[in-house]
Amino acid sequence: MAIIDARHAARQLVYERVFRGATLAAAVLVLLILGGVALSLVKGAWPAVSHFGPKFVTTEAWNPVTDEYGALGPIYGTLVTSTIAMLIAVPTAFGIALFLTQLCPAVLKRPIGVAVELLAAVPSIIFGIWGLFVLAPILQRHVQPWLIAHAAPIPVLHALFKGPPYGIGVLTAGLVLAIMVLPFIAATMRDVFETVPAMLKESGYGLGATTWEVMWHVVVPHSRVGIVGGVMLGLGRALGETMAVTFVIGNAHRISASLLAPGTTISSAIANEFTEAVGDLYTSSLIALGLLLFLITFTVIALAQLMLRRLSRSAGAAT
Amino acid sequence: MKRRSLRRWNNVLFLGLSVLATAVGLACLAAILWTLLSHGVAALSWRLFTQMTPPPGGQGGLLNALYGSAVMTLLGILIGSPIGVLAGTYLAEYGRDSRLSTAIRFINDVLLSAPSIIVGLFVYAILVVRMGHFSALAGALALAVLAIPVTLRTTEDMLNLVPAGMKDSSAALGAYPWRTTVSVLYPAARSGIVTGLLLAVARISGETAPLLFTALNNQFWSTDLSAPMANLPVVIFQFALSPYKDWQSLAWAGALIVTVAILVLSIAARSILALLQRSRGAAR
Repeated sequence: MAIIDARHAARQLVYERVFRGATLAAAVLVLLILGGVALSLVKGAWPAVSHFGPKFVTTEAWNPVTDEYGALGPIYGTLVTSTIAMLIAVPTAFGIALFLTQLCPAVLKRPIGVAVELLAAVPSIIFGIWGLFVLAPILQRHVQPWLIAHAAPIPVLHALFKGPPYGIGVLTAGLVLAIMVLPFIAATMRDVFETVPAMLKESGYGLGATTWEVMWHVVVPHSRVGIVGGVMLGLGRALGETMAVTFVIGNAHRISASLLAPGTTISSAIANEFTEAVGDLYTSSLIALGLLLFLITFTVIALAQLMLRRLSRSAGAAT
Repeated sequence: MKRRSLRRWNNVLFLGLSVLATAVGLACLAAILWTLLSHGVAALSWRLFTQMTPPPGGQGGLLNALYGSAVMTLLGILIGSPIGVLAGTYLAEYGRDSRLSTAIRFINDVLLSAPSIIVGLFVYAILVVRMGHFSALAGALALAVLAIPVTLRTTEDMLNLVPAGMKDSSAALGAYPWRTTVSVLYPAARSGIVTGLLLAVARISGETAPLLFTALNNQFWSTDLSAPMANLPVVIFQFALSPYKDWQSLAWAGALIVTVAILVLSIAARSILALLQRSRGAAR
């Protein structure tokens, strides 16, 4: 009997070691994946980086015929489309979060919250075809002619809204991106606003503040870090979003001041050209674009995570 | 008196804008769903499920693309979810507050929102270049990499929800941690972990960018995992951007199928979670 018990215990110990080892291996694999992604991008990008040097990020030329590649066009497009997206999405998401946390009747809270989250589940390619077939024609026929006509006499706006109304272009891409990142930012802001202790808000109301004043002077300062974290998370999505942008940006490696002109972004350039790229330098240049995107989004997302973490820690400490 | 009315006006103005913002957000969802339904339903027919993707200008269906998407999504989940579940188990049961676990949690959250096209480039570099050609296996692997962070996160969260008393009881009976995890914690957290799997399926079944240069596309019926394989997202991408009316309507039908499938999965996952929370609330 004692021998059987000892054997049983020994076997259990082996199982325990195997199981523990397996879970540890899986956990470490997550680290290895990120390391592998970084390593493979650096390795793939090396020919282009060593060939062009720092010129790669400062020139606009993108010419497969003469084998000259510069990333300035895609970088510019990525930054401009993301800026447009954030300018539209952040205030709108703020409004939605304000509505959901302070105004919404309890009955509607869950359905509207779920609807916003479902918008986040719709795959990006759907936003792409919707943007191309529905949004772009509307913009082309109704919005862009109006913008062009009314911006003409105003100095700065004139340059921004110049040229023929193509429908597709940088502005349209920014708009589609705004709709795409809206649910992410709104959901994060809502969660952050909900961590504000009711006591603080009630104190504000007790002093005679209006709902808006409580929001602006109590809730927002209290959840500042979380708001920035949510915005950065949305920005990370916008910078890296591929399919929705590829449909509507027009794919031109050109920097134009006009927001109505077609452009390109890092991710859409990769999506469009990677399978057709002939020649090692071409492929390597596209991977170098991928490396740039990785570095930019990694920084943004990491900062966002750090901020959200800090918030949840301080919220945890307060309760 | 004047100041007071100004404050009131401000209040009405900003609250009005907030309602407007919500209306705009909901209108976008409605507009997208409406477009999908109106274009997609018109293009629905039995042909979609019985015929292959056609050559330009021809008639056909989406059978090979549906099959390819199902196979690659399934493979992606089969490869990715065990890793995610095991890693989540490590974080919840063994690692807890160690420095390694903190790092993994952080990296996992970064991977969760990293651009999927980067994952495509990664798999291209490690598999497609080595094999010399695009393959369904590479596509499945790219999807698996995307599924890992989702399952890891939900598994860890769900295991943490299991009451500590259950774990202690099992340990008091002399069970090793692995036995406790497999026989007590997993069954207790089962529906939560299944929800994580559903969310992962929903996440990867609409992914397009990572498939573009891993699985590519295939106009014909193929069950060979080492060859390029058709899949719904890439077919939608290529057909929607084509000038042919037949291809475009197939793209709309495909888009409708993908979206409905994903929304059904997300709603199912959400309902399971809501039920879980309710039953847990009742138990307390």
